[in-house]
Amino acid sequence: MEDLKLPGIDYGALLPMLILFGAACVGILLEVFTPRRLRHVIQLTLAFLAVTASFIAVIAQHDTRKITIGGAVAVDGPTLFLQGAILALGLVSLMLIGERSIERGGPFVSQAAITVGSQKDLKQAGDQSGATEVYPLTIFALGGMLLFVAANDLLTMFIALEVFSLPLYLLCALARRRRLLSQEAALKYFLLGSYASAFFLFGVALMYGFSGGVALAQVHAAVADPQRSQVLLYGGLALIAIGLLFKAALAPFHVWTPDVYQGAPTPVTALMAACTKVAAFGALLRVLYVAFDGVRWDFQPVLGTIAVLTMLVGAILAITQTDMKRLLAYSSVANAGYLLVGVLALNENGLSSTMFYLVAYGFSVLAAFGIVTLVRDADGEATHLARWAGLGRKSPLVAAAFTFILLAFAGIPLTSGFTAKFAVFGAAIEGGQTWLVVFGVITSMLLAFPYLRVVVLLWLSEPNESTPTVSIPGFLTSAALVIGVVATIALGVVPAPLIDLTRDAAQFVR
Amino acid sequence: MNDFPFLSILTLLPLVGAVVVALVPRQKAELAKTIAFGWSLVVLVLSIFMWIAFNVGGDRFQFRESYAWIPSWDARFTFAADGIALVMLMLIAILFPVVILASWHDVEKSNRSAPIYFSLLLAFEFTMIGVFAAADIFLFYVFFEVMLIPMYFIIGSFGGQRRQYAAVKFFLYSLVGGLFMLAAVIGLWVVGGNTFDFGKLAEAATSIDQNTARWLFLGFFVAFAIKAPFFPFHTWLPDAGGAAPAGAAALLVGVMDKVGTFGILRYCLSLFPEASRWFAPAALVLGVIGIIYAALLAVGQNDLKRLVSYTSIAHFGFIGIGIFAFTTQAGTGSVLYMVNHGLATGLLFIVVGMFVARRGSNLISDFGGAGKLVPVLAGVFFFAGLASLALPGTAPFISEFLVLIGTFTVHPAYAVVATTGIILAAAYVLWMVQRTTQGELNPALAEVPEMRKDITLREKFVVAPLILLIILLGFYPKPVTDVINPAVEATMQDVGVQDPGPTAVVANERVAR
Repeated sequence: MEDLKLPGIDYGALLPMLILFGAACVGILLEVFTPRRLRHVIQLTLAFLAVTASFIAVIAQHDTRKITIGGAVAVDGPTLFLQGAILALGLVSLMLIGERSIERGGPFVSQAAITVGSQKDLKQAGDQSGATEVYPLTIFALGGMLLFVAANDLLTMFIALEVFSLPLYLLCALARRRRLLSQEAALKYFLLGSYASAFFLFGVALMYGFSGGVALAQVHAAVADPQRSQVLLYGGLALIAIGLLFKAALAPFHVWTPDVYQGAPTPVTALMAACTKVAAFGALLRVLYVAFDGVRWDFQPVLGTIAVLTMLVGAILAITQTDMKRLLAYSSVANAGYLLVGVLALNENGLSSTMFYLVAYGFSVLAAFGIVTLVRDADGEATHLARWAGLGRKSPLVAAAFTFILLAFAGIPLTSGFTAKFAVFGAAIEGGQTWLVVFGVITSMLLAFPYLRVVVLLWLSEPNESTPTVSIPGFLTSAALVIGVVATIALGVVPAPLIDLTRDAAQFVR
Repeated sequence: MNDFPFLSILTLLPLVGAVVVALVPRQKAELAKTIAFGWSLVVLVLSIFMWIAFNVGGDRFQFRESYAWIPSWDARFTFAADGIALVMLMLIAILFPVVILASWHDVEKSNRSAPIYFSLLLAFEFTMIGVFAAADIFLFYVFFEVMLIPMYFIIGSFGGQRRQYAAVKFFLYSLVGGLFMLAAVIGLWVVGGNTFDFGKLAEAATSIDQNTARWLFLGFFVAFAIKAPFFPFHTWLPDAGGAAPAGAAALLVGVMDKVGTFGILRYCLSLFPEASRWFAPAALVLGVIGIIYAALLAVGQNDLKRLVSYTSIAHFGFIGIGIFAFTTQAGTGSVLYMVNHGLATGLLFIVVGMFVARRGSNLISDFGGAGKLVPVLAGVFFFAGLASLALPGTAPFISEFLVLIGTFTVHPAYAVVATTGIILAAAYVLWMVQRTTQGELNPALAEVPEMRKDITLREKFVVAPLILLIILLGFYPKPVTDVINPAVEATMQDVGVQDPGPTAVVANERVAR
């Protein structure tokens, strides 16, 4: 009998993920062994340390380019850049999640399963401290995302998809206020997410039938072989794409986005809008650029149509929204469309500009949701647009920050939104996708309107009695806001360092 | 002296000023105003030094500075000015102190913050100087878009009736144009060899495929036509001009709209010569329609500020046909028109603002016989009106005349139709002056106590420099035309057109050939 040969494992390259998964497991144990009083501080510290350590590990690896653990994980430029992005954005999300000074007990409940509206539920919404399991869950989610962007075969990618999705489903259900909305969001996200995962898995099965393996390199080689079944190829590609497009919230697979963004606790929404987007697009980039490069002429028009549809749906529906979180949700749908324009450039600039866009958008959207957590009345966050009228007079600083973020979303120069859009559109024209840019420009015009409407509400309307107060942000939220706003300015005014970084990183290993 | 970094300092100076003024506490309004005024005077002095340092017979682009910005896109902070940009920069430098002085008491009636208002004005000056001084298309685009923000807040926060509607309409119109231009800028970057430098792009421009060039031209042209505004993209201007505070409205039509015509001259014509020639007939028709249509609408207006906005659209029709006639005379006339229009319409808006501030209403029907109450102010108003209708002896006459004769040599029909615009101009100006200041005294007007106060010392200082310049340039435009002419000739060379044979008209000795 032949000895089984274990594949070589480069622990150094896997270190960022190992740190996070380890820390998450430790976090669960801490839930058991630490007194309730101290749990929040300990868990938060652990989470920060883990993410920071993982980030340092990514930086230490910065020129690693290899495939390890039996071809399951590829550590290359895009992997490391996207992992770094997820960790940096995750760190800022953690600041929002860890904030406890805005509301007694923080934005989470301790027990999500209590019947909504019951005495016990009212009591826990009142002043009980929130669940500290959110930190291990967040760390698991971030760890899954790191693996997702590094996965070099389709099965690993599926596992990573589940690892980061399941904690997110749970986190969505934990909002302290508006419990029903929160539970509805979690259920919707879970059900639709499961479907998407099933599609993805079925697609993987078809691809296995097509290429005789699940490694991306194998798929790439099989795609080049004209003898094989085209039905399996296109069926598999379509189903895999559906799974990924769902996570990236691209039309017509976006319908969960507004409900989930609205119902989830706002810090979790921020985490999803920033980090999940990076992970989903990271995986999409790798699958399309590494595995399916050979059939680019076939999927380009189809995905191009999806990009146009996404931009149109996001922009048009954003105009009709009356709730701030839903407005930001549709805006994130539209932004997913712009990201797909960058992806579809299918050249090196497409890769680098998409990565740049992910980082730029991530920081802006974190700041936007961070501000949403601050505008509140007795019932929690006041997210109805009409309630924001005249906020500029009451709290000019917060309103100015929000205005700036909105201008960034609208793509006004000297903000990161402009440089990012410029980069993806430039790459798309270079890649011969001028029609996508034309639609991108048209939808940008449409999208400017809802943003501008909010600016008008903030500054040009008179405040009335129902204008909510802006809570004094605690240290963590302030830090998150400052980081978000500064990143938005910096990437708009001096984008050169990050652009160079994305350019250096824009090479997949196969 | 020529090595002094005029343009970058000139650009940044107002930005620093805007920050300083914004930091002044709200209670110290006077201090904020004084700082803002002083700051704009410093900019003016520096601009005068730059004017002196400009070598009239020298290179087309002078004061060139270039600093690295985004190396991987070859976007740089490049500044350079040709004669056209120089006169526009000078106009900006003159108008801003005048407007700041004219807006001295504008904020006091509302409950808004005076330092913020003057800070926004200086921020607006920063974007205006930047957009004319930029010689890198990326940088130009950045200023082109950013300039919307201070003006949006000036109109939206400090404007009159319907200011929210006007501000949003203004912003969206300009943004739509800007985004068309964004697509064209990116396209130009890709086909022009991944650079934004104007010089390099102008060289690469000849090799651009004809069809692509036409699309790119259209992207730029729509943005500039909305900004200018040319018919049929003009509908935002009467709203914005009607709602903006008078001083800001003077800047809106006096300076900001010139970005459109300047952009066409600098970017559309030089970068896409073939497309410019191809689109010229359409642009000429739009220009002529604009002259007649806007003039007719102006005749029918009852709102003073909207009326002046419409006259401005008619004037931009003249500038438009002057540009697209492709003769040196018409081109020089157009650029001179841009300057003179800034002075004359700026003055008109400011004087209208003085009336409106006294009466508390924009409507002509609320006035009537005002000359009996405020004779001197009414006289200034009359003068501004005459300058605006291009009476010989005032500066706009020279430019309008140059545009018309320059156009007549190549397109007599357009020139003839455009000339009827002069008659209409006389109609709307004289009728406006008559209904406002002449005739029976409106009894309601006599009861307004402010209307008994004639022009104040501050207001005299506001109007005096503009009146002086209008008369001076009306009799002796040579200093300005000397600067403009080489730049226009270079532009016409870019377009690849020759002036038609010997022209009989000699505007001044430089044009003669």
